[in-house]
Amino acid sequence: MMKLSPKLTQRIAWVSIWATGIIAILTLIFIVGYTFIKGFPAINLEFLFTDPKGGVSGEGGIFSCIVATMWLIVITMAILIPLGIGAAIYLSEYAPDNRLTRLISYSLELLAGVPSIVFGLFGFAIFVLALHFNYSIIAGALTLVCLLLPFLIRTAEEAMRAVPQSQREAALALGTTKWQTTANVVLPAAIPGITTGIILCVGRAVAESACLYVTMGGSAAMPTSFLSGGRALAVHIFYLAMETTALDKALATGAILIALILIINLSTVWLSQRFYAKMQGIR
Amino acid sequence: MSRYFIDRASRYVVFIFGVLALLILAAIAIFILKDSLPAFREIGISDIIFGTKWYPSHGAFGILTMLAGSVLVTLLALLMAVPLALGCAIFLAEVAPPRIRQLTRPAVELLVGIPSVVYGLVGMIVLCPLIANLSGTGSGSSVLVAAIVLAIMILPTVTSISEDSMRAIPNQYREGALALGATRWQTIHHVILPAARNGIMASIVLGTGRAIGETMAVIMVIGNSPIFPTNIFAPARTLTGNIAVEIMSATGIHQSALFATGVVLFILIMLINSLALIAYRKKT
Amino acid sequence: MQDAFRNKWPLLLLTGFILIALTSACGPASTCITAGGSTTVQPLAEKWAEKFEAKSTDVDVIVQGGGSSAAVKGVAQGIFDIGTASRELKSSETSQWPDLVTYHVALDAIAIVVHPSNTTANLSLKELRDIFATGSNATWTVLNREEGSGTRDNFEEKVMGNTEVSLNSEFLPAAGAIKQKVANTTSAISYISLGYVDASVKALTIDGTACTKDNCRNGSYPISRYLNFITKGEPGGLVKTFIDFCLSSEGQKLVEEEGYISVK
Repeated sequence: MMKLSPKLTQRIAWVSIWATGIIAILTLIFIVGYTFIKGFPAINLEFLFTDPKGGVSGEGGIFSCIVATMWLIVITMAILIPLGIGAAIYLSEYAPDNRLTRLISYSLELLAGVPSIVFGLFGFAIFVLALHFNYSIIAGALTLVCLLLPFLIRTAEEAMRAVPQSQREAALALGTTKWQTTANVVLPAAIPGITTGIILCVGRAVAESACLYVTMGGSAAMPTSFLSGGRALAVHIFYLAMETTALDKALATGAILIALILIINLSTVWLSQRFYAKMQGIR
Repeated sequence: MSRYFIDRASRYVVFIFGVLALLILAAIAIFILKDSLPAFREIGISDIIFGTKWYPSHGAFGILTMLAGSVLVTLLALLMAVPLALGCAIFLAEVAPPRIRQLTRPAVELLVGIPSVVYGLVGMIVLCPLIANLSGTGSGSSVLVAAIVLAIMILPTVTSISEDSMRAIPNQYREGALALGATRWQTIHHVILPAARNGIMASIVLGTGRAIGETMAVIMVIGNSPIFPTNIFAPARTLTGNIAVEIMSATGIHQSALFATGVVLFILIMLINSLALIAYRKKT
Repeated sequence: MQDAFRNKWPLLLLTGFILIALTSACGPASTCITAGGSTTVQPLAEKWAEKFEAKSTDVDVIVQGGGSSAAVKGVAQGIFDIGTASRELKSSETSQWPDLVTYHVALDAIAIVVHPSNTTANLSLKELRDIFATGSNATWTVLNREEGSGTRDNFEEKVMGNTEVSLNSEFLPAAGAIKQKVANTTSAISYISLGYVDASVKALTIDGTACTKDNCRNGSYPISRYLNFITKGEPGGLVKTFIDFCLSSEGQKLVEEEGYISVK
């Protein structure tokens, strides 16, 4: 094989890199573009505010799914946020450097890699069957809490560790207790990072389908309580795609989900900019 | 309540929260193991893991075909995604003009969060008919479509993390190489990539985890046939698909066998993560 | 933190939207029935539920899928009040849960469907068995239902007998999924309930007998079965009222309208 000159390899490499860059970006644009272009015509007020009616032609809209998803997120976050922040406070401020702490950190890393369907199995065995919640929003929410807890704990912990030690020492020097320091100095300083973490959790919860498919049941009716089953938006896309011919509605639901996640992600950017500006004293 | 009392109490409360995470992992492991034990005991570990027939109503619970399906689909997806993602990461980190980078970087980050069912949906609508025409037979649900869908799904993840690690390399490295007369590509090839190796490896491991663990998108495009995928145009079934398709209606030993599938999946992912950790330790 | 929310309106709008969405899910009905299981029975059950809810005040009937085996398991474990199944109880199920009660609520035929453009119009029972025993090949793309499906159990019992269905075929988790796939794949062949058949698929004649309501009623079509409601023990209260409604002449009229066959 003849030795290529550096100049030639440079040319070839640059062309290949540009090519892969463009191919990758075009592919991703295609997916999002296709979903929006084909799905957008199906979105109207009726679609958004009627329940799915079932049947192979997939009549109806997605209102009950929107409501179910909202209840799901609200309940999940209500349980997840205190648990996550509490555990993060322990790991960041109180945990001694012993074997138990290392075990906890290792377990959290392990949990982060477990696929969501395994969480779904766990949720099905415990929340649906053993605790007799049946297919319900609460079962789905508790499963989501287990799924998202490692991520939130890690994010919150990092945010708190990032607070300079000098702040804590200054507070302690003023005679505060450790808890007062944590609650009044460390936590407020870590709020930007924690808020970003929480919002990202919401984004992940909205995109989740596998563990909700097996814990919330497939009922498309409007949920009437925490113990009702329901369909999250992402799960509804799956049912529409697999059981009906209303693929345009499936794409429309997908477009709505993507838009929702776009808003969620952009809000983290917006929020962190505001926090940064506040820190700088601009606002 | 004096603040000293609150301080003492808070230590215990916070400790409970901390241990809760550990308890959740323990609970998951215990319950899944407990529910899988009947299958392992009655059918036998080797018959489950190495059995080639999955036919629950006739008492066959071998998951080897699905293990092969998962591994094949993931390997194919990595084969397609990693070169593309690395090229795109190099593009964004080193090559692209700043304006293009400003536009595409946030787009790639956003795409990490897109629900996987959307990828499966577009794959089902666009790719399956294409592959059906290409192979002349079948409905298009195949290993190939599943691999492509997974590849597109992990592309943003691998790209953004690899790009981050490349950007994190200080400019002195690049300037030093260029000062020695290297071309831009030689700099990337011999300096940047080796220096960013850990981040790139981490991104690939993350992508692999996502690909093996993906359920819904794969079910939509792979045909769910519990057979060895002899060619990429044929349908197959993954471990995750096996669990999701049958868990709601399975009872008794069948249900236990599905938990056993979950255990095998869990161990597989732990193995991959451990291998990556060993590779990481060896290099540093 | 207070400064970040000085501009109140986005937050207020968001809260308002959430509150509207949450309160539009009205409070729990005074009574609620959960029915689940067969995807074959699901459209019928949903129509019954709709009619029943319209007649009664403050009643909710929730219907979902999961397959006939999920129905039996769900009813036995208390997840469902009524299990909708497209097959009879198996001996293993009656021995494990002896208190399950079956109600025949409709009669149904299993149609063998292919793509409308497929030139095949008739198959003998033996040919059908051979196709499903061999699996997908150049001529046929074989589609099967998942393990827990009552339709599949009936198909295996009445067509396959002791021969196993080839695993070299695609498996789909619901009746609607099968119908959608057959309508889109020219070489597909599969089995769905008569109530699902419409112009998008073509039903074959088996040994010369067409899959029609009459042929099912008089027994000349070989693959037919009852659609069932299964309860744990004798049902009482609202569940009994609902089942009685489904078995009434009004309920059975709905059966015929949906494309199934009434038991009266």
